[in-house]
Amino acid sequence: MSNTASIELDNVFINFPVFNAINMSLKNRFLTAASGGILNRQKDGFVVVSSLQNITLHIAQGERVGLVGHNGAGKTTLLRVLSGIYHPTMGEIRIKGTTTSLINISLGIDPEATGRENIRLRAVMMGQKPSESKKKVDDIIEFSGLGDFIDMPVRTYSAGMQLRLAFAVSTSIRPQILIMDEWLSTGDKEFKERAELRLKEVVRATEILVLASHSKELLLKTCNRIIWLERGEIKMDGEAEAVANAYFK
Amino acid sequence: MRVLNFIKVAGYDILSAFNNYHLFLTLGWQDVATKYRRSRIGAFWITIGMSVSITTMGVVFGQLFEQPMAEFLPFVSIGSIFWGFFSSNIGDGCNGFIAASGIILQVRMPLFVHVMRVLWRNLIILGHNIMIVPIVFLFFSKPVSLVALLAIPGFILFVINLSWMMLVLSVVCARYRDFPPIVINAVGILFFLTPIMWNETTIPDRANFLMLNYNPFYHLISIVRAPLLGFTPTVANWVYACVMGLVGWSIALIIFGRYRNRIPYWL
Repeated sequence: MSNTASIELDNVFINFPVFNAINMSLKNRFLTAASGGILNRQKDGFVVVSSLQNITLHIAQGERVGLVGHNGAGKTTLLRVLSGIYHPTMGEIRIKGTTTSLINISLGIDPEATGRENIRLRAVMMGQKPSESKKKVDDIIEFSGLGDFIDMPVRTYSAGMQLRLAFAVSTSIRPQILIMDEWLSTGDKEFKERAELRLKEVVRATEILVLASHSKELLLKTCNRIIWLERGEIKMDGEAEAVANAYFK
Repeated sequence: MRVLNFIKVAGYDILSAFNNYHLFLTLGWQDVATKYRRSRIGAFWITIGMSVSITTMGVVFGQLFEQPMAEFLPFVSIGSIFWGFFSSNIGDGCNGFIAASGIILQVRMPLFVHVMRVLWRNLIILGHNIMIVPIVFLFFSKPVSLVALLAIPGFILFVINLSWMMLVLSVVCARYRDFPPIVINAVGILFFLTPIMWNETTIPDRANFLMLNYNPFYHLISIVRAPLLGFTPTVANWVYACVMGLVGWSIALIIFGRYRNRIPYWL
């Protein structure tokens, strides 16, 4: 770990071109739906979704940030901006520190490959060097509780077993910045408890956590700051309790 | 200077893809492994498929053109193997970013990784197909000369050219989804326009001069094929391939650098 982690967004705008919506009728030129971003039509006929507008946001080391908002408010888009996936259409972004996003933990699971191969595959995708991930394989296998099934193709696993595997690999690294879309919760009762402990441990080890969630209880338990997004803009940003009370009233 | 900035963005992405070479090595290997996992002889189906098509086409076209098999079959096998490598790279290259959209939208990694993954996957397949060549040579007891070593720099130059084409196509195809079928059709036509099944000696009077000297793909295939057959590629072959590599990569860097950050929005 070199420097301390930090995330800075200054006046960030994210506009999506939607190329297959060219034929949308003209009377929809200005569509402001109750949910989702703002749709508008550009001169060249493309529909552009403004999913984030003028977001200025500084997150410092040690902050546990919760993200709330209705469906389509721009939470996932913002998580992707914070993960360095979407580069702002306008505005500045500076991210310091290693980042891991757990938006879809089943990413890259190959059903024909064995559990062991999938561990390697998924670890590499999450940015680990093969030498690093090799050391963790035994720990991951043990945690997943899959036993001998680890050398069987993943397609023979039950849905719960697949999730166990994905969870075990995903939580095996300790990034400086952790980005999550909803709290990961998986498996039967026994596994759930161990998973809970493991995830808490990962969260404790990260310098910055950003967590999008619809659960007030979870947010208050985990976060010390909450950002409320509404139609692509920050409606409220502040101390967890205050924002949660305003949003979940 | 905006152009310099584009080149910087593109260069940074490409360099980090190579710094994290284990990414494309693992992903590309997995692609081949997955495809043949449940088959008994695995990836050697690739070799069998290629052998069958070479034998069939070699015999049919050799008869049509009244060619001696001992000359024609080695020519056709090398040509088809490298053309197969070329066309599947171009075809898969079109879908390079589209096929990887799940990864691109979730993990920050250099985008050039997805181009290299396709290239690596097809190199592994080429490794299976290339085994046909010594068998054909042995069968016709065709000698191999030292000139064959020239095929190594030739192949490197071939791949350098191929990779800029793949990079440009993967960007353009991510944005314009009508492009992949156009490209695949174009490659199909190029197969007939480029001397793979025919060459300047099989139909000397009728081979169109334009189809040879002004066909960049003729020069590309020649720098690999000619040395393996025991000829030195012409100076024109080398010059074309080098100039095309330089110009192509300059254009590719500018296009990639310009649109690098827009690609996730298009997926």
